[in-house]
Amino acid sequence: MYSLASYRLMTGNEAVAFAVKQVDVDFISAYPITPQTIIVERLSEYVSSGELDAEFVPVESEHSALSACIGASLAGARVFTSTSSQGLALMHEVMYIASGMRCPIVMAVSNRALSAPLNIHGDHSDIMGSRDAGWVLIFCENPQEVYDYTIQAFRLAEHPEVLLPVAVNLDGFTVSHSSEPVAILEDEVVRAYLPRRERPRLEFEEPASFGVFALPTHYFEFKVEQEKALRKAGEVLEEVSAAYPNRSGRLLKLSKFNEDGRIAIICLGGTAGTVRHVVKKYGMKDFSLISLKLFSPFPSEELLDALKEAEGVVVMDRATSPGAPLPPLASNVAASLYEAGVRLPLMSVVYGLGGREPTLKMIVEMLEKSRERIGEGGPVVSRMYLGYGGG
Amino acid sequence: MPISKLADLYGREGLSPGHSACQGCGATIAVRQVLLAAEPPYIVVSPTGCLEVISTPYPFTAWRVPWVHVAFENAAAVASGIEAALNVLERKGIGRRHKVIVIGGDGGTFDIGLQALSGAFERGHNILYVCYDNEAYMNTGIQRSAATPPGSITTTTPAGKRERKKDIVSILVGHGSPYVATASPHLWKDLTNKVRKAQSIEGPTFLHIIAPCPRGWYFDPHLTIKLAKLAVETRIFPIYEVENGRYRINYLISRPRPVEDYLRLQNRFAHLLRPENAALLEEFKRWVEDRWSQLLKMAEAFPA
Repeated sequence: MYSLASYRLMTGNEAVAFAVKQVDVDFISAYPITPQTIIVERLSEYVSSGELDAEFVPVESEHSALSACIGASLAGARVFTSTSSQGLALMHEVMYIASGMRCPIVMAVSNRALSAPLNIHGDHSDIMGSRDAGWVLIFCENPQEVYDYTIQAFRLAEHPEVLLPVAVNLDGFTVSHSSEPVAILEDEVVRAYLPRRERPRLEFEEPASFGVFALPTHYFEFKVEQEKALRKAGEVLEEVSAAYPNRSGRLLKLSKFNEDGRIAIICLGGTAGTVRHVVKKYGMKDFSLISLKLFSPFPSEELLDALKEAEGVVVMDRATSPGAPLPPLASNVAASLYEAGVRLPLMSVVYGLGGREPTLKMIVEMLEKSRERIGEGGPVVSRMYLGYGGG
Repeated sequence: MPISKLADLYGREGLSPGHSACQGCGATIAVRQVLLAAEPPYIVVSPTGCLEVISTPYPFTAWRVPWVHVAFENAAAVASGIEAALNVLERKGIGRRHKVIVIGGDGGTFDIGLQALSGAFERGHNILYVCYDNEAYMNTGIQRSAATPPGSITTTTPAGKRERKKDIVSILVGHGSPYVATASPHLWKDLTNKVRKAQSIEGPTFLHIIAPCPRGWYFDPHLTIKLAKLAVETRIFPIYEVENGRYRINYLISRPRPVEDYLRLQNRFAHLLRPENAALLEEFKRWVEDRWSQLLKMAEAFPA
């Protein structure tokens, strides 16, 4: 049994901070960067007012923020940080270490474009640049999901068979700065959902060495074991979400809309809401939508199951992989299809770079284009830059 | 309680024998002294460097105390996190405070780790940061650092370093640290007492230890302690402490030995003693004199 405390009007950033307060974190270290800054500000207020009994360490860089989080995590603390864009890029080195040292840190990433040129607006270039760092990567569509998934992220990260860091992604501005009523749980319900679990820690009476170096004789095994733990996180997520008190807020690997549509649109984050709206508003019933909530470990099995009836797929990436055959999400989708021996026509769409938000008109244009391309005799893979103004 | 005999030390050997440091490694001698004096319970944090590599080749470890390494440039940030986290865990009754000691080389302190060090000292974390200074990147094979003295040969300064050594003590005094001191392993009582004193003071404290390196300085391994002594007695490495901005020279060298006595035992300085390089030798001497006279002025202006 659970009870909802109430609804609160919150932006995505505020929903992160509120969830972090409720999970009773011990330690926060972060550095301001747009569009994540409000998370740091709210948490500072909670700590300052005593609403949250935690140490807030306002470090001199994101590199130090994540480094301090590793130290705190190994000292036994429940740890949170957040960042965006250049801040995440500066953390890049330390992200691999956080996962390699199996620290269950939860980080919110208010996704933003990477320089150059400098741009503070939303896209997924930041997190996609660190997608091989061995973290669990979760994407949220709206402040409600941000709230629910942040809480579940802690339980997933701290599970003894996982012990890996988790990044909760929310689109810069469109989710991070948009307000909506968020259904929240009572503090005690959240606490009961997240009991403390013992794990190895720094302690004088039980001395252990953390962060040792491994030669070619052992390094390979460390990394494969770590990869297995990340795959395991996909299984553990099922029990983590099943136990979440608010049934409608459970973190599923993906959500489906209009499953009967013959062309499947696959995307991450807030754009799913726009696509869903377009399909409804214009009655474009030949399209289904798959909103991926879990990007890593990639839920190939669930995705293939969702694509059973599809005649083609449109994969929307809010990032590019210059020089690669396909951008990150399309690449994962194509690999999953290939593994299953499925040769579905795939239209790879790159959109929204640097905050060029996909309008309803743009989405309609994309859907109409996909009808033309995903027909008889068209290429198996086609590409499109949606909303691109160049030649 | 001041340390006056070996029995006054705590006695837990933090670093066990069997590690893979070179013969005559000054750093490991310094670390042993630091940990024998350190008040338990404590946690050691190391940046990447010689100490990390010689002590923890998986599946072995030489550490008998809790130890953590994360990366090269962030030891002070990691220490900040541990210190702050243990404060709150003790408050909540789910952990206990430990003293936090960072032990890093000059590369991880003077150069790549300076930003994190500055941040941690500015925020005032209750940590002791110990720098074992072997005056170059020894782990990667003797490249110059900001701690390399002028004239010294390294693999990236094959004709000798042109610049002077960064004054790390002044940098940390400038951060308002309540206690910054230098030490040498040949003066073990002074070194261990400084560790204990630093740990008894609230706030970020710093100990700068000269750590002769036979491999990188090109000298016979049995000369390590002798070279540490010579560095002090030639005024090349003054032994002093700065407590709340007040200077005390612990070893006032009234009649210094000639720097040549120090230089000639190390091949990194061999070229300085050749007649055609007299100007370089003069420049080295000027550096030593400038630093010493500046230190005397500070001790006079801000006496302890």
